[in-house]
Amino acid sequence: MKSDETQKIIAGYKNVLPISVRDEVERSLPSTISKSNATQIMDETVAAYNAARINAGESVGLVSAESIGEPGTQMTLNTFHFAGVAEMNITTGLPRIIEIFDAQKTLKTPIMEVFMNKPHNTNMDTIKKFAASIKETLFDEFVVEFSLNIFEQTLKVTLHKDLLEEHDLTEKDLIKAIKTKAKGFSVESSEGSILFTQKGKAGEIKELYNLKEKIRVVKVKGLKGIKQVLPVKRDEEYIVLTSGTNLKDILDLPEVDVARTTSNDIHEVYKVLGVEAVRQAIINEVYKVIEAQGLNIDVRHIMLVADLMTTNGNVKGITRYGVVSEKASVLARASFETPIKHLINAALEGEIDNLTSVVENVMINQPVPLGTGLPGLVTKMK
Amino acid sequence: MADVYINAKFVGTIDDPTVFVSEIKDHRRKGTFPLEVNVYHDTVAQEVRIFSDEGRSRRPLIIIREGKSLLTAKHCEQLKDGEITWFDLVRQGVIEYLDAAEEENALVAWDEDNITTDHTHMEVTKGSISGVTASLVPFGNFMPSQRLIIGSKNQKQALGFYAANYSLRMDMDANILHYSQAPLVRTKVHDVSGYGDHPSGQNMVVAVMCYDGYNMEDGVILNKSSVERGLARSTYYKPVSAEELRYSGGLIDEISVPDKDVKGYRSEKDYSLLEGDGLVYPEAKLSEGDVVIGRTSPPRFLSSMDEYNLSAATRRESSISLKHGDRGVADFVVVTENEEGNRLVQVRLREERIPEIGDKFTSRHGQKGVTGVLVPQQDIPFSVSGIVPDLIFTPHGISSRMTVSHLIELLGGKVGALGGRYVDGTLFESETEEDLRTELQKLGFREDGTEVFHDGRTGRQMLARIYVGSMYYLRLRHMVANKIQARARGPIQLLTRQPTEGKAKEGGLRLGEMEKDTLIAHGASLLLKERFDADKVVVPVCEKSGLMGFYDFRRNGKAISPMFGENSDLSNIEISYAFKLMLDEVRSLGIYAKLVLNNKY
Repeated sequence: MKSDETQKIIAGYKNVLPISVRDEVERSLPSTISKSNATQIMDETVAAYNAARINAGESVGLVSAESIGEPGTQMTLNTFHFAGVAEMNITTGLPRIIEIFDAQKTLKTPIMEVFMNKPHNTNMDTIKKFAASIKETLFDEFVVEFSLNIFEQTLKVTLHKDLLEEHDLTEKDLIKAIKTKAKGFSVESSEGSILFTQKGKAGEIKELYNLKEKIRVVKVKGLKGIKQVLPVKRDEEYIVLTSGTNLKDILDLPEVDVARTTSNDIHEVYKVLGVEAVRQAIINEVYKVIEAQGLNIDVRHIMLVADLMTTNGNVKGITRYGVVSEKASVLARASFETPIKHLINAALEGEIDNLTSVVENVMINQPVPLGTGLPGLVTKMK
Repeated sequence: MADVYINAKFVGTIDDPTVFVSEIKDHRRKGTFPLEVNVYHDTVAQEVRIFSDEGRSRRPLIIIREGKSLLTAKHCEQLKDGEITWFDLVRQGVIEYLDAAEEENALVAWDEDNITTDHTHMEVTKGSISGVTASLVPFGNFMPSQRLIIGSKNQKQALGFYAANYSLRMDMDANILHYSQAPLVRTKVHDVSGYGDHPSGQNMVVAVMCYDGYNMEDGVILNKSSVERGLARSTYYKPVSAEELRYSGGLIDEISVPDKDVKGYRSEKDYSLLEGDGLVYPEAKLSEGDVVIGRTSPPRFLSSMDEYNLSAATRRESSISLKHGDRGVADFVVVTENEEGNRLVQVRLREERIPEIGDKFTSRHGQKGVTGVLVPQQDIPFSVSGIVPDLIFTPHGISSRMTVSHLIELLGGKVGALGGRYVDGTLFESETEEDLRTELQKLGFREDGTEVFHDGRTGRQMLARIYVGSMYYLRLRHMVANKIQARARGPIQLLTRQPTEGKAKEGGLRLGEMEKDTLIAHGASLLLKERFDADKVVVPVCEKSGLMGFYDFRRNGKAISPMFGENSDLSNIEISYAFKLMLDEVRSLGIYAKLVLNNKY
């Protein structure tokens, strides 16, 4: 704890320094610091902070676009777009970047990285068991044979006993899972098989057939959507990679480290964790690709893009339906894909273009309001 | 049992396909069957396919029977003495042509040493793996295949002696290399194709080194003094032609010096190069815009009134003058008739092309480069024996492209030049590098081809020994003189008022989207505006309606609003013409695009 005196001094800079900078200074100041020294440090922090700020009229967006775009051209030329992690394919390279920036709803390879809490992440066997328990397993996988008996109006399901044991399940567990689907049928289980008989009057054979089709796809175990699991060693601990994502249910599990577990589906992150998390997810995911490619792009360029994509409180891709449709200027929108649509809509609505941005001013040959074009001249008109 | 197909049509079945196929082959070799027949036994599908139709590419192979080539030493003797020809061998069944299908049943040995009893054929020559142009690359088996392809493609673009009757021809863009030489390092295909009769390059002394970076990024440095002595000099020929077109009503163009009353008459001075027949006099020096052929055309639209108007002033001027950037000397004039019977006049321009910065040169190994600088002989590094290279090639071009053949040719060329002989670099059958090295040593040079060099400017000995030798270099047809183009102002397009595009139209160099971005990134807003001022226009805009007005010169040049006429204030604004055009187009769609004016200050 810092002395109240120091805290007070730091709090006095509320309006000139952001909270993160103030906190950092506070953390690094020694507790015995004198009042005058603390003030001096704070003043110099303010000076350094202001010196590091981007100047007014600097075209940050364009610089970011070019800074990401130029290395991007090298990416298309000399990379494999798939990086094999054991038995799993992960989209990387330019296709992945496009996937993120366009905020595509369906990913080519949805993946989760599930981190575990302390006692669970040290042993390969426990992690394997956990991995098996979250994998979505369907009823069908345990079945050796479905046999329909037309005379007795029964459906006999022969089960794979070894597999059941491996998954630590009994026939009863299976019956429990399919109970809701098997309404109107009496269910009897015996060693290695389940028998369905129609309750009451004998109905049509078709209903037994429907039952068979219905129970096949019932989830017996695991989490929905997780198609494949792969326990791997990462640094000093064991984690689980999953193909297919279900962030919401995974985070409910007590063994899972909620702070570090991630999904590469940014829409899912948005739904489960909210907009601030998405912003960070976009930055992380893009930077991961860039690092893997050995490129050198400053994170702040990506941060800017991520900010732009999430600034409305929801996720918008850099497409004509996303961020571009939000542009204020009709001419700017029309200059990027589907010009006729934008011009006609603007005409219908009587839109006014105030020519406040770059593209439209280049179009009509006026100075763009950036750099030397930004300052105006104030004169007294007589 | 096998099905038999002749030219892909089913004809029947055969009991023993193996015997059947070999019988067909025997008949063909004996001459009882046509030589064009090929047969293929598909053992998997149990089919025998016989082909005799056209369109199959076939290649000759020497037949091998029981591990022995049918081509004997005797045959070779007879061939040398001219007693038999190639075709005799084919008729005798020593050589036969296989198509792609029959090749599947053949096992081809690639030389005599590799023959086993299983082999059925042998290559006529090892080099038959490559085509004619690729065979012209020496030591082609010492380079990556894609470089070989590039090297053979480059040779097609080389200047040379393309036709002996070039002085009588009217070829478009013809080039003749002065003093073309036969290559010192050659392949057997050079002999066969008579390359020495129409060579397309020169043997140059090449040093592999750097010289102040003027040969970086695949540049080459030329010896200016060598160039002045005629190295790689060429002549460029280009015809200009005009035709006397016939029009409806019996009217016809006329090639002559236009009369003064002709519509569009230039000036007397413009026609001063023409002789009485309307053609430029031979050996006239011409530059862009000069009239080469004087011509007049009948009036474009002949109205009924004009028929009574007897004056000839209605004829139009339609002379042919040199296009932008063209120049040369009138070399040769042809007056003839074309297919339609119209009088056709062609004037061939000649221009001497001395190698300059930007001209393209290449060796035969896909190592093309552009001249970076021409250095006078006294400044170029020279060897201890006083040899000055004609061309300096960059060592950085070798490592990544792995054209070892380039280096071997340099060595071979040196041996050839010093030993006074040709060096054989035929694909797979070339003289060995080792032999060349020992020969070079016998000639009194270092066996690795390097020599001690001195810098021509300082006289200081260079730290490294320089790899130097003689190489066959080609001058390629891409010359800056044909491509150079620049403009400060010039023609604009009618529709958009933006500068025209392309060299032929004296066009501008576009400052594109990405170039625009660089200016924005620097915040150079006003510079950007100035760069895009090419189509700027000042238009009066009606402040009430927001529409663009016009000046009415019947009313003293007053600005008029299209909606309110004179009853509105119009202000002049400066916009790009392209934007004005867009507003007009939008308005033509029935959309009322309105300009709202604000005072800038």
